Amino acid sequence: MPFIPHTEDDVREMLATLGVPSIEALFGEIPAELYCGELELPPALKEMEIARLMRARAQQNRPLLCFAGAGAYEHYIPAAVWAVTGRGEFYSAYTPYQAEASQGTLQVLYEYQSMMAGLTAMDVSNASLYDGATSLAEAVLMAVRTNRKSHSRRILMPKTVHPFYRRVVETIVSSQALELIELPYDIETGCIDPASLETHSDTDVAALVIPQINFFGLLEAVDELTEWAAANGAIAIALVNPMALALLKPPGEWGKTGANIACGEGQPLGIPLSGGGPYFGFMCCRKAHLHQLPGRLVGRTVDAEGKRGFTLTLQAREQHIRRGRATSNICTNQGLMVTAATIYMALLGPEGLRRVALQCHRNTLSLMNGLAAVDGVERVFSGPFFHEAVYRTRKPAREIMDGLAEQGILAGYELARDYPELGEAILVCATETRTEEEIELYVRRVASLLEL
Amino acid sequence: MLIFDRSRRGRAARAQWLPEAGESPVIPDHLLRKSRPSLPEVSELDVVRHYTRLSQQNYSIDTQFYPLGSCTMKYNPKVCHDLANLPEFLNTHPLALERAGQGTLACLYELQEMLREITGMAGVSLACAAGAQGEFAGVLMIRAYHGLRGDSARTEMLVPDAAHGTNPASASMGGFQVREVATGPDGNVDLAALAQAVGPQTAGIMLTNPSTLGVFDQHVQAIADVVHKAGGLLYYDGANLNAIAGKVRPGDMGFDVIHLNLHKTFSTPHGGGGPGAGPVGVNDKLLPYLPLPVVAKDGPRYRMLTEADRPHSIGHLVTFAGNVGVLLRAYVYIRMLGREGLRRVAEFSTLNANYLLKKLVEAGFEPAFPQRLAAHEFIITLKRLAKERHVTALDFAKRLLDYGVHAPTVYFPLLIPECFLIEPTETESKDTLDRFAEVMAAILKEAETDPDRLKSAPHSLSVRRLDEVRAARHPDLAYKAE
Amino acid sequence: MSRVPDDLKYAKTHEWVKPEENGHVRVGISDYAQEQLGDVVYVELPDIGRRVKAGEACAVVESVKAASDIYSPVSGEIVEVNESLSDAPEAINQDSYAAWLFRVKADDLSELDSLLDASAYRAEAEPD
Repeated sequence: MPFIPHTEDDVREMLATLGVPSIEALFGEIPAELYCGELELPPALKEMEIARLMRARAQQNRPLLCFAGAGAYEHYIPAAVWAVTGRGEFYSAYTPYQAEASQGTLQVLYEYQSMMAGLTAMDVSNASLYDGATSLAEAVLMAVRTNRKSHSRRILMPKTVHPFYRRVVETIVSSQALELIELPYDIETGCIDPASLETHSDTDVAALVIPQINFFGLLEAVDELTEWAAANGAIAIALVNPMALALLKPPGEWGKTGANIACGEGQPLGIPLSGGGPYFGFMCCRKAHLHQLPGRLVGRTVDAEGKRGFTLTLQAREQHIRRGRATSNICTNQGLMVTAATIYMALLGPEGLRRVALQCHRNTLSLMNGLAAVDGVERVFSGPFFHEAVYRTRKPAREIMDGLAEQGILAGYELARDYPELGEAILVCATETRTEEEIELYVRRVASLLEL
Repeated sequence: MLIFDRSRRGRAARAQWLPEAGESPVIPDHLLRKSRPSLPEVSELDVVRHYTRLSQQNYSIDTQFYPLGSCTMKYNPKVCHDLANLPEFLNTHPLALERAGQGTLACLYELQEMLREITGMAGVSLACAAGAQGEFAGVLMIRAYHGLRGDSARTEMLVPDAAHGTNPASASMGGFQVREVATGPDGNVDLAALAQAVGPQTAGIMLTNPSTLGVFDQHVQAIADVVHKAGGLLYYDGANLNAIAGKVRPGDMGFDVIHLNLHKTFSTPHGGGGPGAGPVGVNDKLLPYLPLPVVAKDGPRYRMLTEADRPHSIGHLVTFAGNVGVLLRAYVYIRMLGREGLRRVAEFSTLNANYLLKKLVEAGFEPAFPQRLAAHEFIITLKRLAKERHVTALDFAKRLLDYGVHAPTVYFPLLIPECFLIEPTETESKDTLDRFAEVMAAILKEAETDPDRLKSAPHSLSVRRLDEVRAARHPDLAYKAE
Repeated sequence: MSRVPDDLKYAKTHEWVKPEENGHVRVGISDYAQEQLGDVVYVELPDIGRRVKAGEACAVVESVKAASDIYSPVSGEIVEVNESLSDAPEAINQDSYAAWLFRVKADDLSELDSLLDASAYRAEAEPD
């Protein structure tokens, strides 16, 4: 009974109070035939034993020098971020339903919403969704609800959106009678050609998804795309990397009017890679769409004495009140991750964040310059990129991946499965955590593999 | 004070600044940011002190008794946190899990297998990020099952009126019409109402057992029969598994598909609202439809199943492999409990609930279902107080905060007027329960003698009662610099 | 005791209905309904020009703790909505008979015949 505090006397007294002979008697309403008997589970371990076991398991992981991005990025996380986030008062609290006893969590969420609204240049932010892919799915559903002018439920989904995100959107909207129309990219530039939208100009489109940066790390023509959406009565959904926004024009300033919704993956803001999660999704929007925004929201208000305080608000949008007609079924979100992100953004500040973004950008530039000089390697797309890029080799990409892994390097992400048209292509990323030496090492290893 | 109020132009946590790297040599000017993002400019100590102080304004399990019904606020062992945070787990890139994360995958695989055994299902997927997403996955699997059999007439999902709000919300997100089924006076599903509701249009029923009313529905096998005979499937909402873990399995009760809340029964922390994890389990009928990824063992190596292995899968619901860090915590927790420990969880959470119920009844509180045994939680109603003293369950809850106790769940389930849903969990001692009963009795007395003390509560926290109406009528959702 | 003016008609779902000229019908929620909801914080109104069927949900009134669908009592076209409620939803709590929600141009006024008169609604809303 590792975490049960009862003494034998306690149990005896409690049973006496209840007037039953045994704990078993308290299960008397459950039909006897439902009892399962002994389960086939391993025996209990003491803390020292499980610690030994988990350390051994950890040793079976073989962390590689990370040159992969593709939706999850290795950034440096200042010690203060998790030292404070990991405090039991944050860690072991529930959703802040009792506002007066949850002012810590609530104020953190309010500050988070403020920071995300600032970073994206949008009016409001929710308090988080599960991750980047689910945030895009929720954004698509929200766009259809909020776009009263459109009756088509047709969504333009560029092929330059992360393929994992597209498959999640497909799963989540599959039963909602939405039509996802794949928007091709220009094979030369790796970006959406705004002129290609002309074929959709006379049709009813509910929303256009605009990724910045796109899956290939490239910069899309966000102003033109946003303006096309505005001119065609479509909701512009910006899918953005929050780290890039320290450097790049934020969605609220795209085109003449700005995007309507901004969403994406929050992991770059102080969240460890952790094999894929927990991360958090974010979603921001214009005030006009506020009542269609899914997920929790924290608002500032006053208490009975006029003092400032914070509370969950506009809850009538949510499942616990509106049930079958809620904006989403989301309940538990990623609160603790958002706490870490808030502390991360506060620590870095506008200048610190810009410097991290710029260093990622420069490191990837330097990596791609190095690779371009290697015989048998070519850059696939010529346009500007942020901190990811695509290269092609004359040998199978799988050989590069395997060969580098043998030398302790995660070479990137192979694109052949999702983009066979690109040939033996690898998506690579060098964040601020990669040193010049590591970048040179990567280039040398690729070169020697190609020489073999 | 907000972190923004502490901001001073030019102040910074400079240890976190990388060297100045000038401008981008390649990004065209019109794509660059011109406005400065409105983030605070503060020192590292400012940040640490500000957020540490904020943390102290929270009630949490580490600091308070937190009997929040339906949420299973039990102790979150520190070792689970520590071991899930070993650097080799934290630093594994999701796209390198097979290549470089065999240790992580071994834990996930074993967790899948243990959850399969605990629930009595044929297969488990760990991918879903939270309970509501697990529900949604379950609903999609039910849809896929009927769909693949060409049974397109099944457009309705049955949901008891006492269900969590996520049940109808997930069903409707999955494209079903929601049809409510009434609860009888004993807290069980009304079998007559169920018989009327089922038909060839029934896709399935979503049930929690023990239900949100804190009682075990003895007729669960009869419900399963009725729904199965009509061609529907049974969905089990695992929110209340703490009451029966290790003793009764949803699979043996006749459920076809289930989800679990690892952040409830399996003690992963709630984090002020997440992250959770909502693994789903299915019986043989639904095995082909499980969401991806699923971890498989091929000889000595672990790998993630894909669409090629599971062509009928409903697909992916999250970007990568789910909330791996949460899954590792649950793995550590279950290994520490072992088979004996798991059953004790159910036994002692049930003992604590029934004991506390009895103490509260002795103190003059009115149970919602006096003729029933409590499961791991129970309901009392304060309707008499509301009628006679105009003191509501909300007032009572706020007053509890003054005594250093987090309030139980209030106004849920909606069926019971002025209710408290109280879940003490197994990790609380008799002393804590006795003290809680005393506090409740003291407040009950106050309600008779000084009702305003309750109506104006709380009095001793960092803020007094907050104006929720103002927050909703005039939403202020983000700080704006003056 | 909530107010139930004699000159209006009522739906069982707690809307009040006032027939006006040219087959137009004005709709709001009853005093009883606003009491039950508590402080109204937001009102979602239908688009002008929208076609509605009798019994179709076409507006939502939200309080802090609840969201209530408002059903059109007649089939027809929405011709006007009370825009002032978006800034001042509390008007519904102050006087729910002045704070109307929308006007419908009815296709067939005989649909109103099935509505309750004031005394029948009083019995419905407050059976004691």
